[in-house]
Amino acid sequence: MTDQPQGKQASQIQKADTSSLSLVKKERRLGEWMIEKGIYVVSTLSVIFIFLIFAFVTREASPIIGHTFSGESSDAASTLSPEDRTRAREIVGSDYPILLHDSKIAIDALLHDKWEPNSAYPRYGIWPIIIGTLKSTFVALLIAVPLSILAALYTAFFSPVRIRETIKPIIELLAGFPSVVVGFFCLITVATFAQTVFGFEFRLNSVVGGFGLALAVIPIIYTLSEDALRSVPDSLQEAALALGATKWQTSYQIMLPAATPGIFAAILLGLGRAFGETMIALMAMGNAPIPSWDVFDPARTFASTIGAEMGEVVFGSSHYHVLFFLGVVLFVFSFGINFITEFYIKNKLIRRFRGNE
Amino acid sequence: MESRRKIIGFFAHGLPLLATLLVLAVIGVIIANFVIGGVPAMSWEFLTEAPRNVNTEGGIFPAIYGTVLLVFIMTIAAVPIGTITAIYLAEYAKKSSRFAQFIRFAVNTLAGVPSIVFGLFGLGFFIQTIGAGIDDFHHASKMSNLQEIIVVAPSPLANSVSAPVSEVKQFLRNTDESLWIEQIRRLSHYPDGVDAVVNTEQVMTFLEARSAPGWGKPNILWAALTLALLTLPVVIVAVEEALRAVPQEVRAASLALGATRLETIRKIVLPNSLTGILTGSILAVGRGAGEVAPILFTGAAYSLAELPGLKDQFMHLGYHLYILSTQSVNVDDTRPLQFATTIVLLGLTLALNMVAIMIRSRIRRKNKKN
Repeated sequence: MTDQPQGKQASQIQKADTSSLSLVKKERRLGEWMIEKGIYVVSTLSVIFIFLIFAFVTREASPIIGHTFSGESSDAASTLSPEDRTRAREIVGSDYPILLHDSKIAIDALLHDKWEPNSAYPRYGIWPIIIGTLKSTFVALLIAVPLSILAALYTAFFSPVRIRETIKPIIELLAGFPSVVVGFFCLITVATFAQTVFGFEFRLNSVVGGFGLALAVIPIIYTLSEDALRSVPDSLQEAALALGATKWQTSYQIMLPAATPGIFAAILLGLGRAFGETMIALMAMGNAPIPSWDVFDPARTFASTIGAEMGEVVFGSSHYHVLFFLGVVLFVFSFGINFITEFYIKNKLIRRFRGNE
Repeated sequence: MESRRKIIGFFAHGLPLLATLLVLAVIGVIIANFVIGGVPAMSWEFLTEAPRNVNTEGGIFPAIYGTVLLVFIMTIAAVPIGTITAIYLAEYAKKSSRFAQFIRFAVNTLAGVPSIVFGLFGLGFFIQTIGAGIDDFHHASKMSNLQEIIVVAPSPLANSVSAPVSEVKQFLRNTDESLWIEQIRRLSHYPDGVDAVVNTEQVMTFLEARSAPGWGKPNILWAALTLALLTLPVVIVAVEEALRAVPQEVRAASLALGATRLETIRKIVLPNSLTGILTGSILAVGRGAGEVAPILFTGAAYSLAELPGLKDQFMHLGYHLYILSTQSVNVDDTRPLQFATTIVLLGLTLALNMVAIMIRSRIRRKNKKN
């Protein structure tokens, strides 16, 4: 081999090199473009998941809205004469399960006050469950709201910085307690304690369960209220103090009202959590579907009903669809709460407060 | 006047302090309660052995194993998606972008959806739709054969002579495999059933093919994916916070040196926010390990003879505690086991949370400096 071809080769290689370099650059640009599109697509997944959750939970619940159930109930319902249907309408649930050929009857049957899905003539009246959910949520908020807002006031305004830095993480740690552990605590310790001290007729009831729900809700309301209180501009506080107001007057009469929208949002989010909490309600509330407003009676909630019964239900039965319907109620409720909170906060221009969380 | 003001002032200061102390006291009581009740029952055997005698004796090793495997799969699913979404929100989306606001709203909504609804979704979507879909696809070709079998031999598989295929599918999906065998046996002893006997083999072949995939049932994979959805917002929020803690000047410097946006993210921003991604993962794991509601009917099992694979149901610490304390054979006698299980679960989640909170507060301090 002579030198000449070698040189030629070398220059060829050089040429190839530069061209491949630009090719690499182009490829890389194309690659980057694709990766960036990929990031965009993946980030839409959260939106897609929300839609999917709504779509699938609703789909499984949809047979109870106006159409027939598969299995037992459709057979049962189709054999009924018009007179029987009228009678069934009068004594809803005492005949066959929700007669879903007729959506009016379905609604009547759903609002009936007996929840007996496993009896020979199953009934799916959700009225006791509505009452149970409302009263236990009410008890939970009654305990959690004052405690957590006062605690938030304390760490936001009254406590020294170092104490605040210790207390806040500890209360936030409560949010990390698995709800099954809180439920167990209420089931064993709180229930026994409460019965010995107050002499409850039923060991497990809405008060014991509501207390458990409050434990789950306190860290949420506390953290968000504290952030809301602290995001009120210092200038307000300084102005009030300069005018001769005391520390507590400033805190209660200036800072607290200024933080109202944020605190309201915190309470709403706490409400959503208490409403949908499953394990605590399942373990500590006695789980009896009684249509009673007495908070010392056992109760069950939407979430605990699903949790207790979905495991044994026959796929495609009326019971299955009604349980999914309860899930739709839970989803719509939590979505509504988040919708209000989000837009309430946005209107009040305190987006910062959730942006940091 | 002055004294009244002093009295009000006393309460105005005292009530918040009292409330704070009350909350702290309750937290203390919970922890003390479990430590006192559970430590005596704690032992090496408890952590490393399987339950015996219908869960009334022995340890909880399978439950620990199930929980760890569950959150491991969950993390693999949730952390990449969460991180990428956070990268979009922190690095690409403009502040005023409607689309980004939409995503943020979705993330917040996802965070607020009750955990039991995720369980319902897991059942309706992963098990009944995806899993059953895989199963159906797997034996779609055998389906016509099955119909033949059903039509030829009036079969106990269905109540009528010509059962619709959908009904048969439904039946098979809901029935235990041991029951299938029973059905086959009855099929082969059918009185007039020369055809039926001939067809038994066919039915067997079909059923074997049918049972091969078995994705349309609760298992650890579907449970983990359900949990991944639930913990996704946790990851997104934590990682976004960490990404925002990287100073803007660093990005500007990288871009000024000719790096592209993606290169800046990959080589500058992400390495600088690794701790944040770690925090997000730890928080997600802590949250996921403690959640019981979503796995109640997507895969958790009361008691299992063997450690689970991907397609099996699994034991879980939280579920184990729930069952032991409410539905076990002897609730009172297993009390020490319940307390000890609680300690393990609580210790696991609290340790994870504490680590995350510590890293997080460091990031927040850094954030404030920017």
